[in-house]
Amino acid sequence: MARIRIEHLRHSYVPRPAREADWALKEVDLEWADGGAYALLGPSGCGKTTLLNIVSGLLRPTAGRIFFGDADVTASPPGERNIAQVFQFPVVYDTMTVYDNLAFPLRNRGVPEARVDPRVREIAALLDLAAMLPQRAAGLTADGKQKISLGRGLVRSDVNVIMFDEPLTVIDPHLKWRLRSKLKELHQRIGITMIYVTHDQTEAMTFADQVVVMHEGTVVQVGTPVELFERPRHTFVGHFIGSPGMNILPCRLENGVARFAGVAIPTANATTKTPNGARTEIGVRPEFVRFASAGIPVRVAAVSDAGRHQIVETRHGDTVIRLLLDERDQVPTVAAHVSFDTAFTRLYVDGWLAG
Amino acid sequence: MSARTVNQKAWWLVLPVVVLVGFNAIVPLMTVVNYSVQETFGNNKFFFEGVKWFEMVIHSARFHDALKRQLLFTAIVLAIEVPLGVAVALAMPRRGVWASVCLVLMSMPLLIPWNVVGAIWNIFALPDIGMLGWTLNRAGIDYNFTRQPVAAWATLIAMDVWHWTSLVALLAYAGLSAIPDAYYQAAKIDGASAWAVFRHVQLPKMKHVLTIAVLLRFMDSFMIYTEPFVLTGGGPGNATTLLSIDLVKIALGQFDLGPAGAMSLIYFLIILLLSWMFYRVMTLGEAE
Amino acid sequence: MTLALKNVVRRAGGQTHIHETSIALESRGFNVLLGTTLAGKTTLMQLMAGLVPPSSGEIGFDGRNVTGVPVQKRNVAMVFQQFINYPNLSVYENIASPLRVARLRDATVAERVARIAELLQLTPFLERRPAELSGGQQQRTALARALVKDADLVLLDEPLANLDYKLREGLREELPRLFADRSSTVVYATTEPAEALLLGGHTATVHEGRITQYGPNGTVYRHPVDLTTAQVFSDPPINTAEVVKRGDTIRLSERVSWTAAGSLRALPDGAYTIGLRPHHVLPATGRGGVQVDCTVLIAEISGSESVVHFDLGGLTWVSLSPGVHTFKVGETARFELDVASCLYFGPDGARVAA
Repeated sequence: MARIRIEHLRHSYVPRPAREADWALKEVDLEWADGGAYALLGPSGCGKTTLLNIVSGLLRPTAGRIFFGDADVTASPPGERNIAQVFQFPVVYDTMTVYDNLAFPLRNRGVPEARVDPRVREIAALLDLAAMLPQRAAGLTADGKQKISLGRGLVRSDVNVIMFDEPLTVIDPHLKWRLRSKLKELHQRIGITMIYVTHDQTEAMTFADQVVVMHEGTVVQVGTPVELFERPRHTFVGHFIGSPGMNILPCRLENGVARFAGVAIPTANATTKTPNGARTEIGVRPEFVRFASAGIPVRVAAVSDAGRHQIVETRHGDTVIRLLLDERDQVPTVAAHVSFDTAFTRLYVDGWLAG
Repeated sequence: MSARTVNQKAWWLVLPVVVLVGFNAIVPLMTVVNYSVQETFGNNKFFFEGVKWFEMVIHSARFHDALKRQLLFTAIVLAIEVPLGVAVALAMPRRGVWASVCLVLMSMPLLIPWNVVGAIWNIFALPDIGMLGWTLNRAGIDYNFTRQPVAAWATLIAMDVWHWTSLVALLAYAGLSAIPDAYYQAAKIDGASAWAVFRHVQLPKMKHVLTIAVLLRFMDSFMIYTEPFVLTGGGPGNATTLLSIDLVKIALGQFDLGPAGAMSLIYFLIILLLSWMFYRVMTLGEAE
Repeated sequence: MTLALKNVVRRAGGQTHIHETSIALESRGFNVLLGTTLAGKTTLMQLMAGLVPPSSGEIGFDGRNVTGVPVQKRNVAMVFQQFINYPNLSVYENIASPLRVARLRDATVAERVARIAELLQLTPFLERRPAELSGGQQQRTALARALVKDADLVLLDEPLANLDYKLREGLREELPRLFADRSSTVVYATTEPAEALLLGGHTATVHEGRITQYGPNGTVYRHPVDLTTAQVFSDPPINTAEVVKRGDTIRLSERVSWTAAGSLRALPDGAYTIGLRPHHVLPATGRGGVQVDCTVLIAEISGSESVVHFDLGGLTWVSLSPGVHTFKVGETARFELDVASCLYFGPDGARVAA
C-alpha cells in the first residue's frame, strides 16, 4: 500500500522537443492517497495514457519524478513497482486455461503451489469466474477476458495499485454496465488504489472518488464528481463533463454584473477586475435551467426524448441554451423564457472560473 | 423468379489462366500418367502395361534408398531451419533503421538463382582451393565432399540452411510484428521471464505463419533438385542422390519413360500425403 | 424510398443468422436497428444493401423486387464503424469517388463536393490524406462520401462507436440535421438504447436474429410488446421481478404489494413478470409509490445522477435518480417504486395491459 506522488512530470515522445506541441505531458503535479479510486479523464490525445504508462513504469518520463510512498521509483521497471494493469484490449494467454492464467503471476514469482490454488479460487469467486476455471482462456467473451486480466492483477498480494487503461472499450453496453458496477464493488471490498483512464465521463464519474480532468497534456481540474459537476474551474471541464455539457453564453460585464441579451444574470461568483479584451462567459448546466415567466427570451428549436428526461434545445439568436425536462412535462410550443439557478451559474474569464 | 445476386461474368477473366495452366501443367501431367502405364521400345510404339511399372518402382531397392535419403534430408533440414529461423526473427529489431537493414540482409540469400547457390558452395567447399574446404583441412579435419559421404551431406545441409533459413525468419518476423505491444506489457507486469514470454505470447501468436513456413519448407526440400545436383551431382556414388535426382537419372539418363513416369506419380502422391498430414497436425485444435 | 423485407431468412455456415423477418421501413427520419453485438444488425444491413443474398424471401425498394440486384446497381451508401476511407486519396477525392464512378462532369463534382464538405466542416482539410486527420474527421469524410451520392438508401453501421464520448455526442446531434432535407431512407445500427432515443425516428429492436418490435421510438420504448424488447431497449438494464396477482392485489413479496388499478384489474389471477426502469425507482421522498426498505449494495454518484444498487428480497435492483444522494454500502434505505410505470409481462414474455 502506498501513496503516489508525481512531481513536475513532463514527457515528450520526440527525442529533442522544441515546441510546446512536442510535449505529450506538459507539467503534471499530483498526489494520490492510498486506497482511493481515481480516474484520469480527457479526450483522445490529452496525455492520460502516457501518464498511466509512466505511473506503471512502462514508460520512463523525460523529466520529473514519481514516488510510491517515500521511495523514488522513477527508474524502476514495472516488475519492481508492484502494480497491475488492465489494457484496452483483453490480454490473455491463449494457450492456457483460465486457472493457469490467474495462477501465472504467482507462479512466475515462485509462490508455492499450495498457496496458489486457494488464492486463484478466491479471486475467481470474486469475479464470478469460478465455473470457467478449467476452460481455455481463448474461448471466453470479451468481458470474461477482461475479468481474467483484472484477476491476474488481484491475485498478487503485493499489488499496490491497479491501473485500468480504457478497459471497457470492447465491451457491449449492457455488459459494460455490469462490469463497471463490479469494479466499483471490488474497490469497495478490497480497498486497493485503483487508477482508471477513460474518455467516457460516465465511467469516470461513477467509478472514482476523485477525477483528474486532463486536456492537451495538462491537468485542468482535480476533484470529486460532485465538485467537477457543480463547480467546474474551466469551461472545458464544464463542456466535457455532463451529457449534455454545460451551456456557455458569451456575456458582457457591467459594474460586475453579467449581462446577456440585455438581461442581468446573477452568478454565484463574481469578479471586479478583468483584463482588457478578456473573454467573459456564463456557464450553467442544463440541469439548472428552467422555463420561467421572465428571463432570457428564447425559442424552442428541438426536443429530444432521452427516456428518463427530455432535452430541450432553445436558441437566443445564435446561442444555444439547453435544459432538461421530466419525461411527462409539456414543452412550450415556440417562444418562452428561461432562467438559471443562481447557485449553479458561474462566471468565466478567458475560460477560467472568475474570482 | 429471384434473379441471381452473384454476377458470373468474372469467370471469363479467369479463362486465360485456365488455358495456360491447362496447357503447361495438366497436359504434361497427363502425358506422364500415360507413360507410366505403357512400355516402349522406341519407334514411338507403345504397349499398355497396366500397373507393372508401379509395382516395379514400389518394390525397387533403389527407390527405397532414394526415399530414405530424401526423408532424412528433409527431417534434418526442417529441424535446423525452423528453430533457427525463429531465433533469428526474435533477434531482429522491430523498429528503426536497423530493422530495414536486417530485412534486406535476410532477403539476399533468397534472391540468388538456385544453380548459382549450388555453384557458390561447390567452389566454396572445394578441399584444395575453396575457402571452407581449405580452412577445414588446415584445421586438421580431413574434409573432402567429393569423396566422403558424410562431408557431402554436411555440406549439402549447410548450403540449404544458408539458402532457406531466411524464408522462415522473414515469415516468423512478420508474425511477430503483428503482436500488439499490450501483450508484452502485460507479461512484463506479470513478471514473466523471457522464456515464458516466448512460450505463452510469441509462439502461440506465430502459429499461423509457422504453419505456412513449415509446409513451404517441407514441400520445397522434398522436391529439391538444382542445388544438390550442382553441388555434388548426387555423389559421391549415390550418397546424396535424393529422390528427384534419382528420378531424372532414370528418365533422362536411362530413358526409361515407363518407370520414370510411375516414379513421378508416386513421388507426387507421397508429397501430397505428407503435406496433408503435416497440415492436419499443425492446424489441430484450432476451433474455428 | 420505402424499403421492405418480406419473409427474409439468412442462413450461413449451418446457422440461421436471421430468422424469418418481414419489415417495412419509413422513408423519413432515422430507422434505428437496436440490439447487442451479434444480434444480427449488420447481417440485416448487408441484406438490405445487397452485399449478401437472402437464403429465402424478398427485398423490395419502392415495391420493386431487388433481391437479385447486385449492390452496385442498388444506389446504396454505407458508413462503417471503422473509419473506412481510401488511404491514398485526398479527402476531396475520397468524397468525389462515387461521383467519379457515375462519370459526372468535373464542374458538377466540384460543386457537390464543396457543398457537402461545408456541411460537414471539412473544407479546411480537403487536400489532406485521411491518415493525417483525427478519428472524428475521418468519420466525417466517410459520411461525406455517403451523403454526396444522394443514395436512396443510406446504411450507418455503428458509425460513432469508435469515437470519443464527446465527439460522439456532437456528431450524433448533427446527423439528423444532415439527413433532414433528403428523401433517402436511413438505417442506423447501434448497441446503445440512449443513442436510439436521441436520434429520433423509428426503432427496430433486434435480438438473436429476430426483430421483436418496430415502431416510433416512443412507442417501442414505453409500450414494448414483450420482455425481450423492454430489456433490449433499456440502459441501465430494466429491473425485473416475479409478482402474483390475486384479486385486486399484486404482490411482489411478503412485505411489498400494491393495488391493481385501472385495466390491471381485468387481468386474470396468476403469476406475472414486472419490468420497472431504474429511473422509476427513487430514494423515498414521501411523494407516493410503493415504499420498500432495502440494503444498499453499491452506490455510485456521477455528479448529475446517483445510481444505487440495492437488495430487494434476494433480487438486485437499481435506482437511478437525478441529483446527488449519498448512501453508505450496507445501510438500510427506503426507496419508492413508481408502480404506475410498471410494465407487466405474461409467462410467455408478451406484455399484458398497462
